[in-house]
Amino acid sequence: MGAVREIHLKLSDPGSIMARMADAIVAEGLVKRYGSVVALDGLDLVVPEGTVMGLLGPNGAGKTTTVRVLTTLLEHDEGKATVTGLDVVADAKELRRRIGLSGQYAAVDENLTGFENLDMVGRLYHLGKQNSRARARELLERFDLVEAADRPVKGYSGGMRRRLDLAGALVAKPRVLFLDEPTTGLDPRSRLGMWDVISELVAGGTTLLLTTQYLEEADRLADKIAVIDHGRVIALGTADELKAQVGGERLELTVSSAQDAETAKAALTPLAIAEITVDDRGHRLTVPVSGGADVLVDGVRRLDAESVKVLDIGLRRPTLDDVFLTLTGHAASGTGTEDKQGEQAE
Amino acid sequence: MSAFTQALGDGAVVAKRNLIKIKRVPDLIVFSTLSPIMFVLLFAYVFGGSIAIPGLDYREFLMAGIFAQTVVFGATITGAGLAEDIQKGVIDRFRSLPMARSAVLIGRTTSDLANNVIVILVMSVTGLIVGWRIHSSPLEALAGFALLLLFAYAVSWGMAIVGLMVRSPEVFNNASFIAIFPLTFIANTFVQESNLPGPLKTFAEWNPVSAVTAAARQLFGNTNPEAPTPSAWPLQHPVVMTLIWVAVFLLIFVPLAIRQYRKAVSR
Repeated sequence: MGAVREIHLKLSDPGSIMARMADAIVAEGLVKRYGSVVALDGLDLVVPEGTVMGLLGPNGAGKTTTVRVLTTLLEHDEGKATVTGLDVVADAKELRRRIGLSGQYAAVDENLTGFENLDMVGRLYHLGKQNSRARARELLERFDLVEAADRPVKGYSGGMRRRLDLAGALVAKPRVLFLDEPTTGLDPRSRLGMWDVISELVAGGTTLLLTTQYLEEADRLADKIAVIDHGRVIALGTADELKAQVGGERLELTVSSAQDAETAKAALTPLAIAEITVDDRGHRLTVPVSGGADVLVDGVRRLDAESVKVLDIGLRRPTLDDVFLTLTGHAASGTGTEDKQGEQAE
Repeated sequence: MSAFTQALGDGAVVAKRNLIKIKRVPDLIVFSTLSPIMFVLLFAYVFGGSIAIPGLDYREFLMAGIFAQTVVFGATITGAGLAEDIQKGVIDRFRSLPMARSAVLIGRTTSDLANNVIVILVMSVTGLIVGWRIHSSPLEALAGFALLLLFAYAVSWGMAIVGLMVRSPEVFNNASFIAIFPLTFIANTFVQESNLPGPLKTFAEWNPVSAVTAAARQLFGNTNPEAPTPSAWPLQHPVVMTLIWVAVFLLIFVPLAIRQYRKAVSR
């Protein structure tokens, strides 16, 4: 898939052959200052085509500034950035044809209907009258807004507005999509709905740069996460890699008797990277491990071989909150407190 | 498609969007016509009796002044509208689209012009009711209305710059009132400029609002033929002077407004 796109791009854009075509977004040493405030302080970022990059950081870390530079809304002071091989400054106009942006707050016109909003965006992408209308109807259908299509947006719920705004970003079938905090301010149910929509979208191969302060959101949607703080990327990797970087992975299990606990402890000792602890009632064991899900499977097999009766077993990992705290020394503005506690396996 | 026709096409899409707003939120047009109607009534019946214009009924004199004031106020909608669009993130969306950089401004100023046309119609009817009459040919009268609208259109572009700079409709309204009250009152709009004291008189004579008011008065035939020729050149040639002001405004404001739009981002 990636290779096919690469050839297509090279044929249609002879000027951009120099760029690394397999990377949809490349930013090198971006610096942006507002007076004495440094919003971006040498930010580097590479997002391969067809992948989802989560930009994770607290308020004021530089997430929105990064998105604005990459979507040509803001000119950076130093460094270089390309999107689909096009320079964000020199090729800004051509670049805008290939990207879709959905901002922090739903940038939809309250007085227009859902249909009118999308139709207008289509016309401004120069899709033509017929195509704009057809595309608007198609997107309204896809985002479950058909019933509300001909009502002014003023009466829409927060979740509907966000979906409409996201639909607006997709009108021209962009190759690269930028979503700046797509679920900020939504209630938990609308947030889950938005996640489903986004997951479905990226399953279709769209490259996505997503900013969020919700640790759970990055974990759920992104292939890779760049943790940013004070305008720089301070850590990069998959959610698992980041968690591993912090360490603290452990197997937790509950057994039915103290005797089973002893057997289990003996069976699992080869997997432990530190001392196994058994809790007061003697039924619960905590085994520090490393190696992720494989260790869990291995552990279950060993217990099974010893015929230990396991009531519950799970692999506990540090949350991205822990990651952030370890990396930056400060919490991610308290928004991640509802983050899930770890991955459970039965 | 050339860049120019594309800008016009994109501008039309944006203008249509703004006009839908006038349709869906009629309060806007209701209040922007109610206040000039109130001004007509106040000046005609409250102040009118105390302001004497030699050889002319005050209501005849008044209407061109109120028209000028009203269209200038109408032009401020441009700035307030853009400030609101920035605040709501709509400008961010527009700026991320491959549309002409001037299109949002062209669309905005055009729809505000349409708004001013409606307001002028309502006011003309009010004027006719209180006793205002046009004494010139229909063509001259049309030219008078066209000149008022053209002037307001040029002012719109200036308001666009301010709106894009302050980025908040509330701040914009306060800022624009400070500029617009002296401009529309230290002029020949409600009184004769010749009665003003020294420096204010000079200001009034060269005030663009005075030029367009005098031009409209002339084209509507609301003047006293016996009145002495004004001493200042702009008021001796009000139509030419108005056209000069329009040209100067557009030449300065259009490029500046587009420049401001290019770097306008919310917050």
